[in-house]
Amino acid sequence: MGRVRFAFVVLRRAKRAEHRSVGRRGRALTRLSAPGVTLLTSPGMTSNTSPAIELRGAGKAFRTPSGALHTAVRDLDLTVERGEFVAVVGPTGCGKSTTLTLVSGLEEPTEGEVLVGGEPVHGIGGDVGFVFQQDAVFPWRTVLSNVMAGPRFRGVPKTEARERARDWLARVGLSAFEDRYPHQLSGGQRKRVALAATFVNDPKILLMDEPFSALDVQTRALMSDQLLDLWAGTGSSVVFVTHDLEESIALADKVVVMTAGPATVKEVFTIDLPRPRKVEEVRLEPRFLEIYREIWSSLGEEVRITRERGAGHAA
Amino acid sequence: MPPESVSLPAAGTLAKPTDAAERSRTRARAVRRRVLTVNGTRLLVLVVFLGVWEWFSRTGVIDPFNFSMPSQIWDQITTWIMHGTAQGSLGEQVWTTLQEAVYGWVIGVATGVLLGIALGRVRFLADVFGPYVKVLNAMPRIVLAPIFLIWFGLGPASKVASAVVLVFFPVFFNAFQGAREVDRNLVSNARILGASNRKVTFQVVIPSATSWIFTSLHVSFGFALIGAIVGEYIGATKGLGLMVSTAQGTFNSAGVYAAMVILAVVALIAEGLLTFLEKRLFRWKPADPGAR
Ligand SMILES: Nc1ncnc2c1ncn2[C@@H]1O[C@H](COP(=O)(O)OP(=O)(O)OP(=O)(O)O)[C@@H](O)[C@H]1O
Ligand SMILES: [Mg+2]
Repeated sequence: MGRVRFAFVVLRRAKRAEHRSVGRRGRALTRLSAPGVTLLTSPGMTSNTSPAIELRGAGKAFRTPSGALHTAVRDLDLTVERGEFVAVVGPTGCGKSTTLTLVSGLEEPTEGEVLVGGEPVHGIGGDVGFVFQQDAVFPWRTVLSNVMAGPRFRGVPKTEARERARDWLARVGLSAFEDRYPHQLSGGQRKRVALAATFVNDPKILLMDEPFSALDVQTRALMSDQLLDLWAGTGSSVVFVTHDLEESIALADKVVVMTAGPATVKEVFTIDLPRPRKVEEVRLEPRFLEIYREIWSSLGEEVRITRERGAGHAA
Repeated sequence: MPPESVSLPAAGTLAKPTDAAERSRTRARAVRRRVLTVNGTRLLVLVVFLGVWEWFSRTGVIDPFNFSMPSQIWDQITTWIMHGTAQGSLGEQVWTTLQEAVYGWVIGVATGVLLGIALGRVRFLADVFGPYVKVLNAMPRIVLAPIFLIWFGLGPASKVASAVVLVFFPVFFNAFQGAREVDRNLVSNARILGASNRKVTFQVVIPSATSWIFTSLHVSFGFALIGAIVGEYIGATKGLGLMVSTAQGTFNSAGVYAAMVILAVVALIAEGLLTFLEKRLFRWKPADPGAR
């Protein structure tokens, strides 16, 4: 029994590996040829059906300093298909960041299940990239060294790591700043360092917590387009948290609206705008406006509830 | 609109470059003048203090036998430099004390940092050893010096030991606190980027704890000197502490003060070296916004 289950797990891993980009095929194939696995891989089984991310009734309660339990999110049911771009919007403090930490494995759910690639999340997986809401660059490392950190942590040789880091710094427009320390950068520049440091790892699952909120409008549009290009190229699955409803519609396949905290999924809207999109152009389409109105009527209500509650607390 | 006001801006723009240069020059002059005033006043304070001391001692307002006087202290120092002390040359005494202090300091810092980081990182260790550390810290550790003299004898080992126990605790507590207060975001980020536990410790916890540790290094070198001096004072064959006790034994108050002056100079030089090192190591930090 144990033997069979083991083989099954390996098979799942192998299948996941196969879904990776062509550059990684070589490694995936060597995995497949491991003893005991070849037997099970019939052609029909390689089409993987498990979604990239799946939340099943997931909930998270934090213990507050006073000892009471504070429910941040509850009854979360959400599926992110492979290669899908999902945007999450919701009123402030409702539990969006918490949802991402559950998916990343930084926190364990207190209720329900969180699955990544069909397997329950235990600890941090190697395929996850996370752009944090708060500043998370290492202040004692230079810009270049910050972007090299991920590959270096994962054992990539120094010269290759440097090459990849330089490539990414060029893409976020920070090549001239590679020797600076974070405190010598503007807030937007630091955010771009964080983006480069995440992307350089080629994550299959990309969790982004308001990644562009510190950027100016022009850079934001540029980065959004770049993100879309990148995502189209790698086929990674993205969960993108934002306060900006326009941004979420312009980028995503699916917009998830969360309720006022403790959050749960209120409604999921499918965005049927054609791809490839340019964020500045797609905003001008009439269909965009229709979708915006529709989602806002759902989101606005939750925002109002949150605001009234906040006013109530203050009074 | 009167015609004068129209012509005024033009005159203003013409005058501007010279104005700016003039202003920056006056500003530079003001800064220089301030530096001069501060340093001059400092010197004046010292001169007045020494002068009053000398004057009071000579006129008998204070007892010269107890309080000595600056001129005698100066004579004592030059005698030591020119003719050596009762235990050998002055350089040898300073060197002995310094060596003991540095050994004690290095050992104390190394163990303090190591254990501090370990207890800060591993909850279990902190829970087990926390109370013991608190008890040891509550003890006035300087009373251990006589015990070390019994254990390790008159040689430098007993002084190194008393320096170690004085240095260890402040360094330990700072390293512990530093390891505890690491930005959780940075740790999360490192783990997501693929860092193992070991790498988190070495590449996130230790770098961010260094500024905590460094603040304790300054204070703790002073403690190392105290440990070495007190150890020597209680019993030794060489060193500045021995010079103090010899001077005291022969009722040579000028000698006690002179040894203190030498000690202060040594401590200041060490402090300067540490500050220099710190500046090199913390290039990643923004410059201190508060003026020193
Ligand atoms: N570690 C924690 N301990 C206790 N409570 C927490 C913790 N982290 C978050 N919370 C609480 O959980 C709720 C959700 O927080 P979360 O950070 O997920 O909100 P958010 O939707 O990301 O908000 P924002 O849009 O403002 O970033 C908040 O009420 C917050 O106070
Ligand atoms: Mg958040």
